[in-house]
Amino acid sequence: MSTCFLAYFLTEERMIVGEQKPLEEIKELIGDAEKVLVAGCGTCVAVCFAGGEREAEILASVLRLAFQVDGNAKEVEEVTVQRQCEWEYVDPLAEQIAESDVVVSLACGIGVQTLVERFPDAWVVPGLNTTFLGMPQEQGTWVERCQACGNCILGLTGGICPIARCSKQLLNGPCGGSQDGKCEIDSELDCVWQLIYDRLSRMGKLDLMLKFQPAKDWSSSRDGGPRKIVREDLLMLQEEGY
Amino acid sequence: MSDNGSDFEPEITAFMCIYCAYMAADTAGALRIPYPANVKLVKLPCTGKTDTRYILKAFEDGADGVYVVGCSLGNCHHVRGNERAYARVQRTKKILDDIGLGGERLDMFFVSGGQGATFAEAAEKMTERIRKLGPNPTKVHK
Repeated sequence: MSTCFLAYFLTEERMIVGEQKPLEEIKELIGDAEKVLVAGCGTCVAVCFAGGEREAEILASVLRLAFQVDGNAKEVEEVTVQRQCEWEYVDPLAEQIAESDVVVSLACGIGVQTLVERFPDAWVVPGLNTTFLGMPQEQGTWVERCQACGNCILGLTGGICPIARCSKQLLNGPCGGSQDGKCEIDSELDCVWQLIYDRLSRMGKLDLMLKFQPAKDWSSSRDGGPRKIVREDLLMLQEEGY
Repeated sequence: MSDNGSDFEPEITAFMCIYCAYMAADTAGALRIPYPANVKLVKLPCTGKTDTRYILKAFEDGADGVYVVGCSLGNCHHVRGNERAYARVQRTKKILDDIGLGGERLDMFFVSGGQGATFAEAAEKMTERIRKLGPNPTKVHK
């Protein structure tokens, strides 16, 4: 395996973390549809074991069995694409989607909306709840690490995010609820400002703690409405037919 | 005649590792210990290969009950494959409950290679249990 390929392979592991919805809810979303297509996604939700090829196969099997037990057998098929959030990966699904009454997407909310945008006549429902942006802390445990606030302050906090990990999203913490290094909302939860203090202290950068942080400008986050990035240098040229 | 008053004879799929479990089946044979013919054996390289997909597929293909047989805890030839299998079996039991098939149609047993009688007992136990539970409900609706 070349280094280049290995690097590409590793960077594939983005991490939007999701969790499959309860079976009863998925059955309700499917409703009276007779032909069901379970669509998995081979990227983030695959590495958190919520919506990849294996989970799509399992859900399709579960649905076939569950509908049979209910005395209401349905045709349930499954397919998984590498990424449900890009046109070129979902385009090959056109025929299968056209033949289905409902698509249960096991991708994150982005994948569901990509399918809806690409196949406007298809009825697409989510099979999982997109939970957070995070990482596997240990096998079988995922933790939140980023809220995509659009204005990263990790450079001021020693690389530990108070936006995603402080219950109050404090910028000048800790608060009075920090007790013995734990957060007042959960005795198992580390106070992130304690972690920041400990790290800055160890790195000899405690002066950063004294730097007053003004109220955060949330306009770069969801408060500013849906966000969009345009890179002029990457746009297709008119003569390329776009 | 079965306990539920019918002539129902369950079809049972047993996933077993090629080490202790299969050796125990062999031992049962060598010692002429009978076990119900209802059980069909499927070999796995280790019960660590147990996958919810295989178990569900067995039920989809008409199995009335499924069980997994692995090495004794602490004696897995792949160190902890049987513990992983046990965790997956527990999760799959919950899935079977959700489906309405019932988690009690699935179980896991641990044997050492010499325990031919224990292997036969597991087969007897599952066959009796499934006889009482009746056929896989998906077959009833077919």
